[in-house]
Amino acid sequence: MSDRKFTEEEVQRYSRHIILPNVGGAGQRKLLDSSVLIIGAGGLGSPIAMYLAAAGVGKIGIVDFDEVDVSNLQRQILHTNADVGRSKVDSALEHLRAINPTIEIVGHDTLLFSTNVFEVMEPYDVIVDGTDNFPVRYLVNDATQFLGKPLVYGSIYQFEGQATVFMPGKETPCYRCLFPTPPPPGTVPSCAEGGVFGVLPGVIGSIQATEAIKLLTGEGETLEGRLLLYDALDLSFQEVKIRWDADCPVCGKEPTITELIDYEQFCGVPARPE
Amino acid sequence: MPVQVKLPTILRKHAGGEPKVTADGATLRDVLGDLEAKYPGITKNVVSEDGGLHRFINVYLNDEDVRYLGSLETEVGEGDTVSILPAVAGG
Repeated sequence: MSDRKFTEEEVQRYSRHIILPNVGGAGQRKLLDSSVLIIGAGGLGSPIAMYLAAAGVGKIGIVDFDEVDVSNLQRQILHTNADVGRSKVDSALEHLRAINPTIEIVGHDTLLFSTNVFEVMEPYDVIVDGTDNFPVRYLVNDATQFLGKPLVYGSIYQFEGQATVFMPGKETPCYRCLFPTPPPPGTVPSCAEGGVFGVLPGVIGSIQATEAIKLLTGEGETLEGRLLLYDALDLSFQEVKIRWDADCPVCGKEPTITELIDYEQFCGVPARPE
Repeated sequence: MPVQVKLPTILRKHAGGEPKVTADGATLRDVLGDLEAKYPGITKNVVSEDGGLHRFINVYLNDEDVRYLGSLETEVGEGDTVSILPAVAGG
């Protein structure tokens, strides 16, 4: 148990958490003593980062390599019109510090590869996946499994979203238990061509932020073992079970994938620099 | 026996944009066969050429992955819902 003393400002800033059952002073201390890495400062990354910064997660890392484009602003609410052309990490850092200047916010202005992902993830307690392509999603899954870190997963397509929590450990499912390999190129439409309903990442990203906070405070029941499906057109939620797969190539009984893989790009986003 | 089939966005174009359709069959294989007969092309990325299930699109009977039931031979009954779920990567 942390013996951290709140500053007067922290008592005021986090008062609605501190008086809240299931968070309280103890939960808020845990948040302030914890760290989260958010992969992607886009549609999902925006609400995830903003809520975790506001909630007082002590250290937040943001990974992105891209620049803010005007077409991002329809859903990526962390960035503003004035940020167009600027690096997403710079823009994210400025806006997150404006929300909460009392926490540590670190930018990682880079693409993730097998060569740097361990180093980037190492200092963080929980990893939240808000990326927009299969190569990085598989890389992030495998790296969190190898490092033994919890992964809060969320992804979106057009009007539909998926979210869950993957915990490290024996006989717990990972993303490859659900989908062992990326879909072959051509079987899924490219992300840009598919379009995305602007509010959708707000819903899924907020669910990911919820799960990250629950993991850090140890309160409530997370989505571990359950895949939450959201359809914005029907406004319906559905849950399906995710089971540990004994034949999983990464976390199964006889793993066939024992090192990180850099998949080639096939979803509109380069997996490696050109 | 008619079961309800929930379609992901990417497959709805085969079914006139409908999010849910009904299909008949005693097993999942029959249901998907009936679905394909009604909406040609809809199961192309669900069932592989060798007659098995692809691994980048999952199929659930109610809330259970059919791989943990009987895969394509899973028996279905009235009131069941089959959901087709592709991997998506957007963010």
